[in-house]
Amino acid sequence: MGRWTRTLEPAALAGVNAGEVVGLADGSGVLSGESGSPPASTTCDHCGEPCKDGASMESEGHVFCCQGCQTVFSLLQASGLEDFYQLGERPGRRVELAEDGRRWEFLDDPTVTRQLLDFDNGKLAKVTFHVPAIHCVACVWLLENLFRLNPGIGKSRVNFARREVAITYAPEVVRLSGVATLMERIGYAPVLTLAALDRGQAPGVRRLGLQIGIAGFAFGNIMLFSLPSYFGLDSWSGPLFRTWFGALSLLLALPVLIYSASDYWRSALASLRQRVLTLDVPIAAGLAALYLQSAWEILGGFGEGYLDSTAGLIFFLLCGRAFQQKTHEHLGFDRDYRGFFPLSVLRRTARGDESVSISQVQTGDCLVVRNGELVPADARLIGGEGLVDYSFVTGESDPVPCVIGDHVYAGGRQVGGAIELETVKPVSQSYLTSLWNDEAFRKQRDNSLETLTNRYSRRFTVIVVCIALAAVTGWLVAGQPGRALKAFTSVLIVACPCALALAAPFTLGTAQRVLARLGIFLRNGQVVENMAVVDTLAFDKTGTLTDTEAPGLSRHGEPLEPNESALVTALCRQSTHPYARRIAAALGTAPGMALDVAGFEEVPGRGMKAIVAGRQVVAGSKAWMESHGVTGDWPEVPAGSAVHVGIDGRARGVMVLSNRLRPRVDQLMESLSDRYELALLSGDNAHERDRFQSLFGDRARLHFNLSPQDKLAFIKQLQAGGRKVMMVGDGLNDAGALRQGDVGIAVVEGVGKFSPASDVILDSPRISNLGSVLEFSRRTARVVRAGFMISGAYNVIGVSIAAAGILSPVICAILMPLSSVTVVLFAVGATRWTARRCGLATTAVEKTEGALGASAGRVPAVEPAT
Amino acid sequence: MEVIILLILASLLLAGGFLAVFIWASRSGQFEDTTTPAMRMLVDDPAPKAGSIRQSPKPKHP
Repeated sequence: MGRWTRTLEPAALAGVNAGEVVGLADGSGVLSGESGSPPASTTCDHCGEPCKDGASMESEGHVFCCQGCQTVFSLLQASGLEDFYQLGERPGRRVELAEDGRRWEFLDDPTVTRQLLDFDNGKLAKVTFHVPAIHCVACVWLLENLFRLNPGIGKSRVNFARREVAITYAPEVVRLSGVATLMERIGYAPVLTLAALDRGQAPGVRRLGLQIGIAGFAFGNIMLFSLPSYFGLDSWSGPLFRTWFGALSLLLALPVLIYSASDYWRSALASLRQRVLTLDVPIAAGLAALYLQSAWEILGGFGEGYLDSTAGLIFFLLCGRAFQQKTHEHLGFDRDYRGFFPLSVLRRTARGDESVSISQVQTGDCLVVRNGELVPADARLIGGEGLVDYSFVTGESDPVPCVIGDHVYAGGRQVGGAIELETVKPVSQSYLTSLWNDEAFRKQRDNSLETLTNRYSRRFTVIVVCIALAAVTGWLVAGQPGRALKAFTSVLIVACPCALALAAPFTLGTAQRVLARLGIFLRNGQVVENMAVVDTLAFDKTGTLTDTEAPGLSRHGEPLEPNESALVTALCRQSTHPYARRIAAALGTAPGMALDVAGFEEVPGRGMKAIVAGRQVVAGSKAWMESHGVTGDWPEVPAGSAVHVGIDGRARGVMVLSNRLRPRVDQLMESLSDRYELALLSGDNAHERDRFQSLFGDRARLHFNLSPQDKLAFIKQLQAGGRKVMMVGDGLNDAGALRQGDVGIAVVEGVGKFSPASDVILDSPRISNLGSVLEFSRRTARVVRAGFMISGAYNVIGVSIAAAGILSPVICAILMPLSSVTVVLFAVGATRWTARRCGLATTAVEKTEGALGASAGRVPAVEPAT
Repeated sequence: MEVIILLILASLLLAGGFLAVFIWASRSGQFEDTTTPAMRMLVDDPAPKAGSIRQSPKPKHP
């Protein structure tokens, strides 16, 4: 990769932009800072972000965008870690210098420390931090070399997929807050949320791996032992081999049956107890019949049994299970509000401000919430001007102004200056978090018995038992009781639905992989089946259908002159109000132009004014205009949030900020409305009803001003009417509906960002693909059915042989793998073909990069920080 | 031909050894993270440059 090049002498630097001197040369020898590049394109040598005029710093011939980046650079240089810069092109993260070094102090509180640490014996402690900033090889290297920066830190290991780093340190030398501070100083501040306090590692994957390993080991060896009998070598080797090999096979198969197949026994027992026939019942019956029959034959000395088929069967079944259990480690499908709230909060006491853990916040505490921070608990405003953005928790698109004495609800994000709050309720009992007490959050979602596989297997099981009984009666009537027993066990053995059990996992697993490549992540393969039967779609509005990060701005009335728009921009730059920021961003023409702003005044909820370059500029509501004597005609404006602008007492038009729909949502709705019943569940007010009614079609039901509980109740009510509902939402207020729905889809801005518990996590640009995804899931369900048909055909052949009482181990050993392989090949092939037909796999390669870029890209996923 | 029994026992022992290694590897978490090791191996250990790096402090704990 790049190398530092220091070719020019300092004397040659005069008059040359610093960016040209130090550049990173790539393999082709092109300097990134070519001569002639404008100063504006100068990028920071640490983080690669553009340096702003006046803010950039120079040191030893390197350019930095801020003090923070320079500090990291010097720190790494001094510690012999300058190789960091050779591992990637400007691999650093921009470092915001913390205002106070006491931000992490709450970590030293014994209760917090104890809950966070994975291990602690007084001399040695281990902690795992979530660091979303990890994005490249250099990050991994730097974080694993932390010990060079602080002697108290031992080994640190990065898990890139989970964006985690596990650090061992000596508590006697460095405290937990010291570790966190060091990480923050080098640009890798850990993100600590409430959920970090109680994490449980799911050992499921590891266990399945072991089960497969043991089954595979036994399968291979038993197969070798069975070979002599397949080739009829018994005739000259005598009974010796048969006895020995048989005994060894019995021994080898035992752990497979007990450990590897344990889930099938348990599941079969459970479904028998619940009086539901699942596929696991015939599997367990088949396995039992196989082993007992084999043991009887081997111990009796008159056969070699079917142990190779038994072990192979379990091995294939487990492989299918592993294929379906494709997990996306870096995604959280089970997050609740605790993953959204920060772990610490600033508490104001008589002794000054202190950083404390949220769990220690009590009713009546005074908290300080700064710009961009979350309100951690239901509280009352006691100081400052509140402007709270509830878009993520209630769906309201506009920030709510609050005055002293107003209630502020947990989950809102303060915009603007710092405010002081007095807590009214503890975090766990707030208005928002009480949603999680609903019964919808208590039911287990993963083990649904109503799967396609189970519906088929019920019929299948009944048929098999009937044939087995018929065979027994038939042979008994024919007067051959010995043959009757053999036929009975043979039918059970052959009917063991291996291929049937593999059809669904491989089809659904492939579908899951196809979708993951597009940036649509499924909790498990089962979700595809659920999506296929959905008939009602409920959408959230704010953040799901509309794009809150790139809102639309339309101007009405006479166009502004360029110099006038510079005046308005200058005024808007003074404010932290989101409208002002949007307007400034939309108008912002000449960034270098510094206009003199005097007498700036802002009244929350009304407007603002200032004298800019000698002219009076006013912006805000219509009433605000009137109270400032602005006259003139105001144009008619469409629905949305209107900002009126007046210059020197004259009306200069209106700017309307509307929520822009995500691209191609209109086409999506049009295509969906034919097949599905649509509904809109919004927490926002109804000012956009007409717009969405025309978007959703006349039949759609639109609901506004819904609380999180209302949304949940609405879904429940639909389901009570027999509908299969899919909920598409993004915020915490949708959490209940996402959970209650038959399928819950969480839309996220960038993979890895917080999303409430759901079945599907969908990268927001992909929402326009929803129609094809639903189409794909329906067709995939058809592929599963076709797979069942194929395996059913094999079973008919097998069962006819078995019922005739002529089943031999060789036939069994051929038929079983053959049917499995056919079904697996069909499942994978047909699903991929289906994906192409639905237009979901055409640009797979390009989209893989897109999906990866979203999760591993430079732009950090903005997570709730402390 | 009886010698084959001995050979088979030996081969089972060997295979059992491999199985034991697999179980150990799985239990020690080697299959948990399959992404990071691939990135880690891209990085060479820094060559010690005379004078430029101070004796890096040995981590107290491995």
